[in-house]
Amino acid sequence: MSAITFHEDRLEKVMKHPETIEIATAGAPAKARPTPFFETERGRAWLAGAGGLFRRMLPPGIGLVLFALLWHLVAISSDGLPGPASTWEAAKTLFADPFYDNGPNDMGIGWNILNSLYRVGVGFGLAALVGIPAGFLLGRFAFLSGMAAPIISLLRPVSPLAWLPIGLMVFKVAEPASIFVIFISSIWPIILNTAAGVARVPQDYMNVARVLNLSEWKIFTRILFPSVLPHLMTGIRLSIGVAWLVIVAAEMLTGGVGIGFWVWDEWNNLNVEHILIAIFIVGIVGLLLEQTLVLIAKRFNYE
Amino acid sequence: MHNYLQIENAKMVFDTKQGRFTALTDINLTVKQGEFITLIGHSGCGKSTLMNLVAGLNEATDGVLLLAEKEIRGPGPERAVVFQNHSLLPWLTCFGNVHLAVERVFGGHESKARLKERTQAALELVGLGHAMHKHPNEISGGMKQRVGIARALAMEPKVLLMDEPFGALDALTRAGLQDELMRIVRETGATVIMVTHDVDEAVLLSDRIVMMTNGPSATIGEILEVTLPRPRDRLLLADNPDYHHLRGQVMAFLYQKQRRLEKAA
Repeated sequence: MSAITFHEDRLEKVMKHPETIEIATAGAPAKARPTPFFETERGRAWLAGAGGLFRRMLPPGIGLVLFALLWHLVAISSDGLPGPASTWEAAKTLFADPFYDNGPNDMGIGWNILNSLYRVGVGFGLAALVGIPAGFLLGRFAFLSGMAAPIISLLRPVSPLAWLPIGLMVFKVAEPASIFVIFISSIWPIILNTAAGVARVPQDYMNVARVLNLSEWKIFTRILFPSVLPHLMTGIRLSIGVAWLVIVAAEMLTGGVGIGFWVWDEWNNLNVEHILIAIFIVGIVGLLLEQTLVLIAKRFNYE
Repeated sequence: MHNYLQIENAKMVFDTKQGRFTALTDINLTVKQGEFITLIGHSGCGKSTLMNLVAGLNEATDGVLLLAEKEIRGPGPERAVVFQNHSLLPWLTCFGNVHLAVERVFGGHESKARLKERTQAALELVGLGHAMHKHPNEISGGMKQRVGIARALAMEPKVLLMDEPFGALDALTRAGLQDELMRIVRETGATVIMVTHDVDEAVLLSDRIVMMTNGPSATIGEILEVTLPRPRDRLLLADNPDYHHLRGQVMAFLYQKQRRLEKAA
């Protein structure tokens, strides 16, 4: 909801400019007067920028408004599904105090999000720690890749939650078990993309390395690693996406403080507004994670 | 030194999916120190393969290659290569690309300041002192190729190997770089083997032109001495009858003798 009002604000602001420009050009007599803002170099650039922004924001703005409308229609014709307005009200109270702490079963939404992010961070971090070197080894040595291929093809399609009982059995406690599930489900994109990147290092670069007779370490730091980095970033992005998908489901089963368990808890309380809010939170956090990684990946694109 | 680079009975056979493919056979060539040799021939005649043998990127199936009386085994910085597509590392600046080579060759026994000096000197030699800190994607194709040449020269190689270094450039840029290459070779006394398919380029730059027959089983057809005095000026050569005679000989080899062979094959 907040996103929609924000866009409407923008739209209104931007919509005003065409009128402004008309007034400015129509009232342009020969008399000496300060150049109106929209006729100066900066003004035109600003206007062009605002026009571009308007054109870019228009389709997503309309999309969100229609979505809210549809939601509203479904809500009034259904029994129990809250509409956009009541969800917005609930969100305002919820986010008024995100970091309260009334014991482990009643903590603010902020704590729940942070706990989930922490689990994703640890699970994903371990996956990267193991997956990146593994990917480099598999990409560099065809024999190892051949050895690992059947295992990876067998384990990769397994639903992440199928690992949870194994995790619980091995670790006895819920916390490391859910981290284990994140680890095992997010490691595959890292391994596979890194290995593919290593296998695809242009032969030209390797020829340079051969002519210069570079040491294995120099080949790794100066040629292999920078060349693989874009692929590696793709792997990391996919992997974080998977990790964030899985955490909600894993926490529903294991409990504790976290956005997944919070959803389940609110379902038991029959607080459907909060479930809808949780869906938005999961979506927005996922989007932010993805966009951050896209930004970082851009930094490493040399083409 | 006489017979600086010696190639004796070199043969190159590739194992392909269609069976064994003899790319080169009976290659015999000696190159003197400071000589400029071009390899010319139709596409697929194995001229790049021959250069790769000297570079050590491919190993000859048969025969011997000697450089300064040592057998060539694998690639090494004393045989620097300027690649056709420049092959600069895009994540390093021009300075970084050249420095990587300098560091590898001289890093063991020279100070950091001296390595930096060498790198800068190499870039200034090719007229890129001002673009030192740019990345390859920020400079033109001709400039990239010049960085490639700077990288190769900075290694102070015994032989400079160039695989169609100006093939991907437009005619004007190419002419500029040819002139610059002649100046650099004059200043450094480098021994050069260059692969080309451009007759004018071969005549302008070479001391000898090695003309290769068509593949498969390509070999050296004729070797043409280019006796034109140095320094050479492309404008003056345009009216030089010797130049046109030499040019005609290369053309005759490429378009009469080798064309006929192609039909016979």
